[in-house]
Amino acid sequence: METTALNIVVLIKHVPDTQFDRHLSGPDNTLDRSESILSELDEYALEAALQLVESSGSAAGEARVTAVTMGPAQAVTAVRKALQIGATDGVHLSDDALAGSDAAATSLALATLVRHLGPVDLVLTGMSSTDGETSLVPAQLAARLELPQLTFASTLELFDVDGVRKVTGRRDGDAYSYQLEAILPAVVSVTDQINSPRYPNFKGIMAAKKKTVTTLSLADLGLNPSDVGRSGSWTDVVEAQPRPVRAAGTIITDDGDAGIQLVDFLAAQNLL
Amino acid sequence: MSAVLVFVDRPATGLGKPTRELLTLARRAGEPVVALAGEASTDIVAALGSYGVSRVLNSAQPELSEYLVAPKADFIARAAELADARAVLIENSTEGKEIAARAGIALKAGVITDAIAVAADLTATKSVLAGSYTSTCRVRTPVAIISVKANSIEPAEAETPTEPAVEAVTVDFGPASLAVRIVDRQDKPVSTRPDLSEARIVVAGGRGVNGDFTPVEELADVLGAAVGASRAATDAGWIEHSAQIGQTGKTVSPQLYISAGISGAIQQKAGMQTSAVIVAVNKDAESPVFEIADFGVVGDLFKVLPQAAEEIRRRRNS
Ligand SMILES: Cc1cc2nc3c(=O)[nH]c(=O)nc-3n(C[C@H](O)[C@H](O)[C@H](O)COP(=O)(O)OP(=O)(O)OC[C@H]3O[C@@H](n4cnc5c(N)ncnc54)[C@H](O)[C@@H]3O)c2cc1C
Repeated sequence: METTALNIVVLIKHVPDTQFDRHLSGPDNTLDRSESILSELDEYALEAALQLVESSGSAAGEARVTAVTMGPAQAVTAVRKALQIGATDGVHLSDDALAGSDAAATSLALATLVRHLGPVDLVLTGMSSTDGETSLVPAQLAARLELPQLTFASTLELFDVDGVRKVTGRRDGDAYSYQLEAILPAVVSVTDQINSPRYPNFKGIMAAKKKTVTTLSLADLGLNPSDVGRSGSWTDVVEAQPRPVRAAGTIITDDGDAGIQLVDFLAAQNLL
Repeated sequence: MSAVLVFVDRPATGLGKPTRELLTLARRAGEPVVALAGEASTDIVAALGSYGVSRVLNSAQPELSEYLVAPKADFIARAAELADARAVLIENSTEGKEIAARAGIALKAGVITDAIAVAADLTATKSVLAGSYTSTCRVRTPVAIISVKANSIEPAEAETPTEPAVEAVTVDFGPASLAVRIVDRQDKPVSTRPDLSEARIVVAGGRGVNGDFTPVEELADVLGAAVGASRAATDAGWIEHSAQIGQTGKTVSPQLYISAGISGAIQQKAGMQTSAVIVAVNKDAESPVFEIADFGVVGDLFKVLPQAAEEIRRRRNS
């Protein structure tokens, strides 16, 4: 990898904190995004990017790890956090017309954005968002960009064959474990098995203040507002109901026969 | 009646339960047509016929198993065009969802994942936000792609079996679809226990089992249950990663979930809180798992689980 320094785009999402109750509301059943943070699953993608740069031998200051997000104005806090952790620069696609985008509309906006940023070696993402939870976007992004889709990687390495840069990673399924290989550039999603994400340290927090975040609008990308957001989405959420709160159960302390009481409970519920 | 395409991926022996569920759903929503990857053996074709399948579009092209996901999506897109399908139904595995994602781009079709019910008009119901909401979704596009979770419907054969016509399909894969090569494939040992995503009962163990899953497995076996685990247990290497339940593992919704030695962190709850009945065994009365338990035991799992297993055996023998 000595030849040219790595150029990695990490896609990150600003999502409602999963530690608190989350709510759907309004006519389109959209998610309340007021208490949001950098999605914890995207921290694994950022860490993977930083580790690839560190092990690639790219000279300091040459490699780029661009943290990219799309979302409302406050989503820039996710980019700032990524800069504190170690991303070199940030891009925020922000436009009111993006609100309510489904996976198809999101992948269209992100694909257009990635093309706009110019040639990259890798587009890294988390294994899913913690709000939408569908894992559709990485696959749809790869399909739209016509780039290799190496997804759910639990290991990741770059290597070089006769000057051709390649990426390899392991993907664990239920019945199998695959070793995958692709030529760069590629879209790669990583699981929470791949690494232990680092925290921002004091030096990182100070350094982040000098890093730039570029804000782009749909017009900057030449995207038609009606092709994204609610109008550009291919799916509708017709209705959303909170799950009924679970009624408080019976809690007993074991006095020596709790196993038998447990079986009594199962029998009473017709579960035996 | 318009065609509803079901993707069936290289069935080894007979049709799995998830496939039979998809075929049942497809028959309720339209005319069931199958896109079959792999060999179209007489047995498989007859089994598809018993579910009323009218056409089988078949490809056994090696690319389907030599490269990740993309060729399968191309095959489905081609089959959906040939069948003029109004919907495509796919298993909701990690791979199934990604196949759906790419086929969606190829067909300009809306994709709904994680469906737990699909109505005849293709409205889909799913749990969202880690099981805290139930939503109803529809696609706006002419073709709908829906990945459906196991246990969404009781599989039912057609009243009158059909003799499906098998048509070979040759897909012209583009270079971008043959870009991620599977260079090595390691099969995992096949468990004799029920599959986690399909099981009626799940017994799961966490850090509290302290390296020894025996009591969890013993109770699972008397109940005919699948064995699950928290990430703490899979990370420790005490059990296969594929047993992990939660945000980054499997989402299960069985009739009964027995949680043992698991604290009930938000990421664990995300994978099991839609279970019909939850039983928790934990020695710490303050554990958050008790907040969602229908029946909880504050106690040592190494005492409670074996006693319960023994009691079930005793009742069955008397
Ligand atoms: C990005 C991310 C994704 C994650 N995804 C998942 C996921 O998918 N699934 C998941 O499970 N976790 C996930 N986690 C981890 C999660 O946050 C918790 O750390 C994990 O669930 C804890 O596992 P545990 O309950 O087994 O262990 P602990 O929290 O350590 O709890 C062990 C429990 O066992 C009890 N115990 C100990 N000994 C006994 C005994 N002899 N008898 C009875 N009880 C006993 C203790 O009282 C304690 O409550 C994720 C975390 C992150 C950051």
